[in-house]
Amino acid sequence: MKMLTFASRNAKEILRDPINLAFGLGFPLVLIMLLSAIQANIPVELFEIERLAPGITVFGLSFMTLFSATLIAKDRGTSLLQRLYTTPLTPLGFILGYTLPILPIALAQTAVCYIAAIILGLDITLNILYAVLFIIPVSLLYIALGLLCGSVFNDKQVGGICGALLTNLSAWLSGIWFDLELVGGMFEKIAYLFPFVHAVDMERAVLAGNFADIFPHIWWVAGYATVTLFLAVLLFLRQMKNQ
Amino acid sequence: MDAIRIERLTKRYKDVTAVDNLSLSVCKGELFSLLGVNGAGKTTTIKMLSCLAQPTSGDAFLNGKSITKDTSAVKEVIAVSPQETAVANGLTAKENLELMCGVHGFAKDKRDAKINELATLLGLESVLDKKAARLSGGWQRRLSIAMALISEPEILFLDEPTLGLDVLARSDLWDIIRSLKGKVTIILTTHYMEEAEALSDRIAIMRDGRLLICDTAEKIKEVANTDNFEQAFVRIVRGVAE
Repeated sequence: MKMLTFASRNAKEILRDPINLAFGLGFPLVLIMLLSAIQANIPVELFEIERLAPGITVFGLSFMTLFSATLIAKDRGTSLLQRLYTTPLTPLGFILGYTLPILPIALAQTAVCYIAAIILGLDITLNILYAVLFIIPVSLLYIALGLLCGSVFNDKQVGGICGALLTNLSAWLSGIWFDLELVGGMFEKIAYLFPFVHAVDMERAVLAGNFADIFPHIWWVAGYATVTLFLAVLLFLRQMKNQ
Repeated sequence: MDAIRIERLTKRYKDVTAVDNLSLSVCKGELFSLLGVNGAGKTTTIKMLSCLAQPTSGDAFLNGKSITKDTSAVKEVIAVSPQETAVANGLTAKENLELMCGVHGFAKDKRDAKINELATLLGLESVLDKKAARLSGGWQRRLSIAMALISEPEILFLDEPTLGLDVLARSDLWDIIRSLKGKVTIILTTHYMEEAEALSDRIAIMRDGRLLICDTAEKIKEVANTDNFEQAFVRIVRGVAE
């Protein structure tokens, strides 16, 4: 109950910000439509809707990191968190309160992207539903990154690190915009050390119904999500103690 | 009976001793002010008493509960209105109050009753549906104090509650604070001497983390050999009174 009240407040703060809505829902939709338009004129295998839609859903999650990191950093910047730390809300309540409300927003964003993809020609299959469900571990990874950044950086730094650095990393190292094999060499090897391309490959495999191909990508995503969440909790508790 | 008993409370940050061996008691229902120039240790003392910072040594007991060993029990009886206005900007004033009711685990009936009661006490009825971000500084302070009071605290910490407010808003807040006297034990920090003198039952003056004097405003003026409280404060902090 106590945690849910806090989670509800966090959801309201995120959803009432028109910039969040514009970037969270609008930007992925614009991208999916723009790249589909390019695909219609100059066919590129990478931008076929079956390959493009899973990539955009993963890329869109980088805004979830931005949302959670900005909210936590702003709360730390004002005295609101300090006030709440003196209430009976537990450390676990704080962490769940910041994490849980973003999960349904991430699922809604993914669902909206797939609805747009259906309008643009994606076949309606049960695999779309599975693709939405498989976005959960990926979402947890991005939300944990937000919790981590929000616990360490102030709201201005968060804008630069999550808004610019992470979205660029997420774009360049994910194989959404260009085929990593085309670059090859060290770049491709480095990209596969990060979770972004694994998340995209996993989603593409699920949407295609090739469930055997989700391995080993799901382990990379789950591993990164677990480690990031663990670090995020540690750093959040540390800043809580350092009040 | 003592609401707060502080025993040799000390806080060190690396080379700096923010609070040094502080011992004092505050009675139940008393309005007690902590005064001092910047860096005197007022806010650090409040942070330790409200379980936001761990003491390096010493302890304090709030309604008999230790701030080092029984923080959960301490958090049940205290509320803090921090130095900066601590409100959730994206929520309405009413939703801010609901948030505080929720994190204290109030049922819906009690929540609605408390919100109505505090809205009346602090005159917030007309702004309940307005977003906190759109309220003026004075209204935000009122809301901030209402958020602190909603949990029916036995001990309330008000850290610079009137900082930056205009004369009228400050006067209104003084009335509100006066109305709480006797019902809630209040620890107030302020830079405004006239505020401390007008509101407090007793005043403690700190410098460099140490307690210089703790008495009524009248006694402090007597010790400093002046009729003016601000002058008394300056003399005591500069060591002239001794």
